Amino acid sequence: MAKLRLLFVKENQASYISHLDLMRTFQRVFPRGGLELRHSQGFHPHPLISIVLPLPVGQSSECELLDFEVEQDVDGSGVADMVNSGLPAGLCARECYRVQRPARDLAYLRASIELDYDRGVPDGAEDKLRELFSREEVLVSKRTKHKELTEINIIPMIKELEWSRREGRVCVLATVAAQNPGLNPALLGTAVCAQLPGLAPDFTRVRRLELYDAQMDIFR
Amino acid sequence: MQKPARYVGGEFNAVMKDLSEVDTRIAYCFPDTYEIGMSNLGMRILYGVMNNMEGVWCERCFHPWGDMEEEMRKEDIPLYALESFDPIGSFDIIAFSVGYEMAFPAILNMLDLAHVPLRAEERGSLTPLVIAGGTAMYNCEPIADFIDIALLGEGEDQVPELIELYRMARREKWSKQELLCKAARLDGVYVPGLYDVTYHDDGTVRAITPKDGAPAKIRKRIVQDMDKAYYPVRTIVPSTEIVQDRIMLELFRGCIRGCRFCQAGYVYRPVRNRSRELLARYARESVEDSGYQEMTLSSLSTSDYRSLVELCDELEPFCAHKHLNLSLPSLRADNFSMALMERLQKGRKTGLTFAPEAGTQRLRDAINKNLTEDDLLESCRRAFAGGYNAVKLYFMLGLPTETDEDVEGIADVAAHVMHAWRESATNKNRGVRITVSTSWFVPKSHTAFQWEPQISIEEYERRVALLRERMNTKTVTYNWHPSPTSFMEAVLSRGDRRMCAVLESVHRKGATLDAWEEYFSLERWLEAFDECGLDPHFYANRTREHGEVLPWSHIDVGVTDAFLWREHERAHEGVTTPDCRTRCSGCGASSMIGRACDG
Repeated sequence: MAKLRLLFVKENQASYISHLDLMRTFQRVFPRGGLELRHSQGFHPHPLISIVLPLPVGQSSECELLDFEVEQDVDGSGVADMVNSGLPAGLCARECYRVQRPARDLAYLRASIELDYDRGVPDGAEDKLRELFSREEVLVSKRTKHKELTEINIIPMIKELEWSRREGRVCVLATVAAQNPGLNPALLGTAVCAQLPGLAPDFTRVRRLELYDAQMDIFR
Repeated sequence: MQKPARYVGGEFNAVMKDLSEVDTRIAYCFPDTYEIGMSNLGMRILYGVMNNMEGVWCERCFHPWGDMEEEMRKEDIPLYALESFDPIGSFDIIAFSVGYEMAFPAILNMLDLAHVPLRAEERGSLTPLVIAGGTAMYNCEPIADFIDIALLGEGEDQVPELIELYRMARREKWSKQELLCKAARLDGVYVPGLYDVTYHDDGTVRAITPKDGAPAKIRKRIVQDMDKAYYPVRTIVPSTEIVQDRIMLELFRGCIRGCRFCQAGYVYRPVRNRSRELLARYARESVEDSGYQEMTLSSLSTSDYRSLVELCDELEPFCAHKHLNLSLPSLRADNFSMALMERLQKGRKTGLTFAPEAGTQRLRDAINKNLTEDDLLESCRRAFAGGYNAVKLYFMLGLPTETDEDVEGIADVAAHVMHAWRESATNKNRGVRITVSTSWFVPKSHTAFQWEPQISIEEYERRVALLRERMNTKTVTYNWHPSPTSFMEAVLSRGDRRMCAVLESVHRKGATLDAWEEYFSLERWLEAFDECGLDPHFYANRTREHGEVLPWSHIDVGVTDAFLWREHERAHEGVTTPDCRTRCSGCGASSMIGRACDG
């Protein structure tokens, strides 16, 4: 019996696999490789498997974490390779190890956000964007779990932003709160659309790059 | 965009090939959404069969949901295959799997999305060759002008033969017409363009005349020996939830029951079983390969598999060890099935579903549904005593010979099920849910009822109202659909070739996924019929004469016309026909395997 954590990449086609579908996919991957998932002991046993911080559909990530419990007493070595032979395209396991830290220690995430402009980046875009996110309050409307619209101020959840510019796009390296509450980095794009309609990008691409604890040490 | 994972491929076990080693590219199209198409066992079988051929790459393609279609049209993205993302318009063969008439408009829309000309005559070259198979092709006349070739019956042997012929045609630089003429000589291959259809003044078919050496009758192809037939042990595991998200273990083909309304029951004859040893092996291997935790033992009537108990005995320990659920669909309401189900049922006891189809014994006899009310009630008592508290009952309204007494009989059956619960429920505090659903009977080709009219919508609604009035028990919920889809299904399933104009018109008016209520529009269909000068009621609501040339008279499914007519007559006499295992009734299908069926 062991509690394991799998670090994996989710990109390309796989970025369109939803959270629930991803759980289902992993439930099938482990038995294929001979690992027996532990099941809850209730009347309706279900496999003990969870994703530490679900990734919104359409975003890619280099650092997804999946926690799961297996019947065998193993330390996770060899699991990443085993898993990789049975994953859909766009998913790739990097490492597997025994869980050392609880998921609640996860505090921040770093993501790159790319704002694409098909007709070139508008003049003065970066300055306007910097100004927007230096305000005390930027309200963004978002749907709650109960499908109601609510307004949230995203500024307190942003720890750091680094701006840069490339051909036809503005890039932001954002460090934001991961949970309790966490900020979906795509909301930065939403905020731009709402507050600076002239700078609304044609496409917003988000990639999760790293996870950190409260002391900004890498969370594994 | 809803469920984008449907459009990106990349699933476990999807077949990728190196294009430098591929000479024939096939787009295997399912004219419905990904979730429906990927749930189709036939599609999984033929995907494997074709990809096992060297130099052939078979890729999948499904009809996009409306939101995706809109984006594709806006961005001018042609319909693409899920493995390579290449547009299917440039493939060698575009093959459709069609199980349902209401998918006809989706076929046209997929060709349109692929930028492929709709009509076969507008496609002069060998590429792309548009072919179609599946049960709806037993009467493919309404789409005859759009497809080059229809494949009748089971494709395991036939599809590779046709692909080899296609390769030969390309090597030897045949014209498309040469290929079609040679293809028409293969067993089970129907080339609609090689038949002239003429009509009487009253609109009925006068004659169906073959030309250029095509056979007068086209007999469906079948797999002779199920133990030698390909089974997809290694099959695609979708990364998003589909309708049948489990292993489908096919126990046997055909059905011994002979329900007179059931097209599948006739066209899948003769009965051919897979051996228990092989099934057990396939079960283990597919669980291990796929990682699925649910398996369904599928067939038209699963409890008729001879060694079902032994098979379950063999699978049970393995299933328990792997946390695998075994499910048995299409069980009969009898003691044997109930005992088996109780044994396999793990965890929550949800509802049970039975399909008595008709409300009185007289009508059940007429349709040859060999189920008595006693059997049904006994099964219900047993289920309630075992802790179940929900039963669903399915019926059809408008079956041939149905009277008001039969309609009211449905309410009586529901009331008796209610009494059965009172008598035998172990915990009455939980209450009971009895759901009665009625659908509108659609007569199908190649059945004993192929000559019968469908009742009109007014009459259907009158019978629904009558039943609703009689259904006065509070615990019984009555569901019915004011479903104009069933009317159009009746029109299409027995349509003739003149209807191609209607299909083209309804496509131009925007018909797409018409099997879905979200997209179906009766007005659109009626307008199209009107434009083409055809009357849909002629197809749906007319009694056909014995001896009338039917639009599918040249299609031979193995069951003789004489047998179907005999069954038709017995229905009107209210006489049942015993199941094939009790006594062979000489339907003719055993001639296809040259031995007794059900061996």
